[in-house]
Amino acid sequence: MSDVDRTIEAVWKIESTRLIAAIARVTRDIGIAEELAQDAMVAALERWPEEGIPENPAAWLMTAAKRRAIDSLRRGQMLVQKHEEIARELQIQQRKLGEAMDRALDQVIDDDVLRLIFTACHPVLPVEGCVALTLRVIGGLTTAEIARAFLVPEKTMGQRIFRAKKTLSEAHVPFETPRGDDLRGRVKSVLSVVYLIFNEGYTATAGEEWMRAALCDEALRIERMLAQLLPGDSEVHALLALMELNASRAGARRGRNGEAILLPDQDRSLWNDAQIQRGMTSLEQAQRLGGGGQPYALQAAIAACHMLARTAEETDWERIVLLYDALLQINPSPIVALNRAVAVGMAQGPAAGLDAVNALTTPAADSALAGCHLLYSVRGDLLMKMGRFREAREEIQYAMAMTQNFREQELLTKRLKQMEKAAPTT
Amino acid sequence: MRFMMIVIPRGYESAAPDAMPNPEAVAKMQEYNMALQKAGILLALDGLFPPSTGARVSYANGKATVTDGPFAEAKEVIGGYWIVQVHSREEAIEWAKRAPMSNNEIIEVRRIFEMGDFSEDVQKAAEGYEELPHGAGSKA
Repeated sequence: MSDVDRTIEAVWKIESTRLIAAIARVTRDIGIAEELAQDAMVAALERWPEEGIPENPAAWLMTAAKRRAIDSLRRGQMLVQKHEEIARELQIQQRKLGEAMDRALDQVIDDDVLRLIFTACHPVLPVEGCVALTLRVIGGLTTAEIARAFLVPEKTMGQRIFRAKKTLSEAHVPFETPRGDDLRGRVKSVLSVVYLIFNEGYTATAGEEWMRAALCDEALRIERMLAQLLPGDSEVHALLALMELNASRAGARRGRNGEAILLPDQDRSLWNDAQIQRGMTSLEQAQRLGGGGQPYALQAAIAACHMLARTAEETDWERIVLLYDALLQINPSPIVALNRAVAVGMAQGPAAGLDAVNALTTPAADSALAGCHLLYSVRGDLLMKMGRFREAREEIQYAMAMTQNFREQELLTKRLKQMEKAAPTT
Repeated sequence: MRFMMIVIPRGYESAAPDAMPNPEAVAKMQEYNMALQKAGILLALDGLFPPSTGARVSYANGKATVTDGPFAEAKEVIGGYWIVQVHSREEAIEWAKRAPMSNNEIIEVRRIFEMGDFSEDVQKAAEGYEELPHGAGSKA
């Protein structure tokens, strides 16, 4: 790739979102808007290497997109009918379109970008379509980049994006910011898409790829954008806090050979202080806005308990149990309950923790956890701490059989070895 | 990757201790800062008092010597910085090109080391400072 190509790519990363948003204000269709922006980009790739990078690249791209929009309008109309009256009407339409696009560029308003985000995360789309389209139009990522991040062939990802755009178009999804009662639920959809992108980077569900930092960074960037666009929304700040606090541990989560290092064993000097501070600021902002009791804020507060402890031993587990209690009230998920049991084990000792785990697997509470390896690895861990090694070993072997994640298997193997040292089987 | 964009303002090396930026320039700068923020890439920014209020601590023969500002020999001094998270060096440069600077002013664009950029022995030397006051000073 030449220097100019790299610069054009950089300009695209900076300008594409606002460019697509501005065009979509006129076309009301983000599929068409994205294609026009792409065409403008292709024109830039042809012209800029010879002519040099223009003084105002955004304006250049917008002008190029406008020319293409007018061309396609002309082509479409000409096919319909060749008639003098139509030709006059066409001229008027072209002028109107040109003026509308000029206005759109003059003031790419933040609302355009917000509309673009809401549309890309529209509930009419399947969630993987939202993720792909968001990374494409908000993240400025190429189809190839998105495909690589999600370990699917480029062609598959291309089809996914194409289908998403087609679905939006066919469903006549309006290019607008939801209002009133609709707004809350739509913000939630957007946040869940962003959090999914983050988690895809933060914890791969299978295979070798433990951390895909680029996805985490992109999710964080989009969430920071949202915090600017929706400054009064506590949930937006809370999710930003949660992601900043989790991401701040990224440098400590892997050993030299790529093996996973769990939170209590991490070298805390490798945590990113500036990022922790940013997370704390966002969490305070969410709490100030009255959203301290919402799920993302509670999860961020739990993360904060870990991040503020100078050593693993100083962790305020009592407070973490209380936060999990609050979280369970509004979000009674088995995984949250399991995490609470772990916290109880730390706060009140492994026997209390084991009671809490077993309470989750009584027939009455039965049990989305039955198929989850975490249940068995947590129980194994608690039993090991209680010195009940034979039972602990069984649980951990069971957990190992249930996870496909190589890194987690490694961790569990390590646990078995520790026990073998403490209480040899032979 | 993170970059620091270092502002080197013209004439700042000899600015009076109480020199204040003019409101017009500040308004323009604020607009630019907002653009960085809205793009979601701004991690930190700060402006610095003039060097005439600062001091230089220089080292020779194992001894530290303090010189109060202004520093007669300095031709370029730092006025402030942004830290941005971007995808490439080119992107950082493109953002720097958009800053509202005056003639003869400079923005120096420098990549920030991440732990993974260091060689293994340097990483090892940086390990194990468990006792550093993490999160100290935080309000929560």
